[in-house]
Amino acid sequence: MAQIKINNLRKDFGSFNAVKSSTFTIEDGEFFMLLGPSGCGKTTTLRMMAGLELPSSGEILIDGVDVSMKPASQRDIAFVFQMFALYPHMNVRNNISYPLKSQGMPRKQIAIKVAEIADVLGINDILDKPVGGLSGGDRQRVALGRAIVRDPKAFFMDEPLGALDAEFREHMSEELRALHDRLNATTVYVTHDQLEAMQMGDKIVVMNHGVVEQFGVPQQIYDWPATKFVAQFIGSPAMNLLDFNGKIEAGASSTDMNGISVKIPTSRETLQGNLSLGVRPEHVHFSDSAPFRGRVVASEYLGTTRIVTLATPQGDIKVRTSSSTHMDIDETIGLEFDARTLTVFDADRGHALLSEANEGVLNRG
Amino acid sequence: MSYSVTEPSSRQKWVSGTLVIAYALITMLPLLWIIATGFKSSSDSIAYPPKVVFEPTVEGYVNVFTAQTRLSGEKLNEPVDDLPWYEQLVREKGNTIVGQSRFSERFMNSVIIGFGSTFFAIVLGTAAAYAFSRFKVPLKDDLLFFILSTRMMPPIAVAIPIFLMFRNLGLNDTHAGMILLYTAINLSLAVWLINGFIDEIPIEYEEAALIDGYTRFQAFYKVVLPQAATGIASTAIFCLIFAWNEYALAVLLTSGTAQTAPPFIPTIIGVGGQDWPAVAAAATIFLVPVMVFTILLRKHLLSGITFGAVRK
Repeated sequence: MAQIKINNLRKDFGSFNAVKSSTFTIEDGEFFMLLGPSGCGKTTTLRMMAGLELPSSGEILIDGVDVSMKPASQRDIAFVFQMFALYPHMNVRNNISYPLKSQGMPRKQIAIKVAEIADVLGINDILDKPVGGLSGGDRQRVALGRAIVRDPKAFFMDEPLGALDAEFREHMSEELRALHDRLNATTVYVTHDQLEAMQMGDKIVVMNHGVVEQFGVPQQIYDWPATKFVAQFIGSPAMNLLDFNGKIEAGASSTDMNGISVKIPTSRETLQGNLSLGVRPEHVHFSDSAPFRGRVVASEYLGTTRIVTLATPQGDIKVRTSSSTHMDIDETIGLEFDARTLTVFDADRGHALLSEANEGVLNRG
Repeated sequence: MSYSVTEPSSRQKWVSGTLVIAYALITMLPLLWIIATGFKSSSDSIAYPPKVVFEPTVEGYVNVFTAQTRLSGEKLNEPVDDLPWYEQLVREKGNTIVGQSRFSERFMNSVIIGFGSTFFAIVLGTAAAYAFSRFKVPLKDDLLFFILSTRMMPPIAVAIPIFLMFRNLGLNDTHAGMILLYTAINLSLAVWLINGFIDEIPIEYEEAALIDGYTRFQAFYKVVLPQAATGIASTAIFCLIFAWNEYALAVLLTSGTAQTAPPFIPTIIGVGGQDWPAVAAAATIFLVPVMVFTILLRKHLLSGITFGAVRK
């Protein structure tokens, strides 16, 4: 297993810049998520790491060795494709043993190895079936089997659960995570589903428009988004962004939002101009005495919680509250924010201002 | 009236079955006539009204394969023991066999040139199609169109220039020349058809093979080729049928050593009267290789033609 380092990786397709100078490190044994909306460059990054695309510039180091210009076959990695890409003209057993054959492993040893893997994945009974008739889950398992059978340095997975139906995806993601914990293999996993990323990943890289927006463990990314994009991409519903024109001073622990004083974590930066106050829906509380007021426009019941949407002078705001709270439409109510959890963004440039709360965890890639 | 996707009724099946059989009979009839004529005697073959029931003879086949000459009266009456059956057959008409005809030689030419040109068209076509399908080729669409455009005029339109070129290059009436010519004509078809088939194969299969430790060439021939086999087989049939049946260019460019069967068969007519059974026999033998080839690859041909029409 291996550590993977990405240094200033860049990819251009003609005049289109797919990946702009990304840098991050994947530690040995990590389950690492590349997260972003479609077209953000996450798959391109993964394909460069695998050797299916060559980078325009930059370095990819696997265990300290620069492999950026090596063909895929020499990188000793395994790749699980979104559509699985099982060889359609071979049965399950041959699919799984195919990578071993390329290494010239003796037939007996291959048989032992394949049996071992089949045990791990619970696919003993389908080994001699053609891959054509398999269910989505079994195809997924065979694809995984083909990946893990030769103990590669790292696993790369390109939205491997994307082709499964929702119910089964849940089950497979648990299975994948369990498999990772048992093998303890460095895994890079591409997804556009923030929930999947949060649920399975040890670390997440959030990408947008070819740029690494943020890099860190799921909780840090959720609690302390480095950019407005991350704030809105992660979490469902997304972080509320309240736009206002004001001033933040280094050392200040409150700011004036259109005449209302809001307590914030002590700022480390000074900025005057267009600001955005970021607050997660669960960190907004109702309080009759609060000066910041909103009018209820919608209320969604979600079982354990209720999402209330309110119109405020700074735009709509969503509040996560207990499902037993009853709100009438058009009711006006005061809103209070949990001061320790707030992030202030530079609204024009989109990045978070440093404060005592997030200064230790912000990694802008 | 609403349409249903249920099983056709027995009446619908009966009607469609009848139509198919009728169509098959209409297309098969000339073929059956040729095969039957091959087994008729000379007089039966030109009898009017045509004879459907006749006494079969292999005279036509013997005539196709042999060169004969007339025997004078006294020689004919000389008693000879142990004559082989074909000699006896010929003697009944007052002839004797003096050697082999050139038919088998011409037939072999057809085999060499037909299969040879098919082989080269497929090998070159597959390589070109793979490159067009998988690599960034500058001016790809223009090149593909250019390749197709070579097919837009009938090949006979360039017969004269080709004849002059071949004469200067010494390729007239040579196997190499004919293989080269048919390969060139078939290549555009091969590139286009196979390109379509390879385009249908998801590139992920090759990428999976690359990651599994195979080289690009290994990925091509271990993963892409088996999946394109169907398309390649049906393309091969089309190429072979063209090269096998080609007449006009063969008449113009071959006369002896490299003459193929199509221009040779009509010349049988002229030898010693109109020997229709011999012509029919030659035509029948000529049909066999393509028929066998097509039947062998029939499964591929059917799935090849409908390739891409159904979900993979």
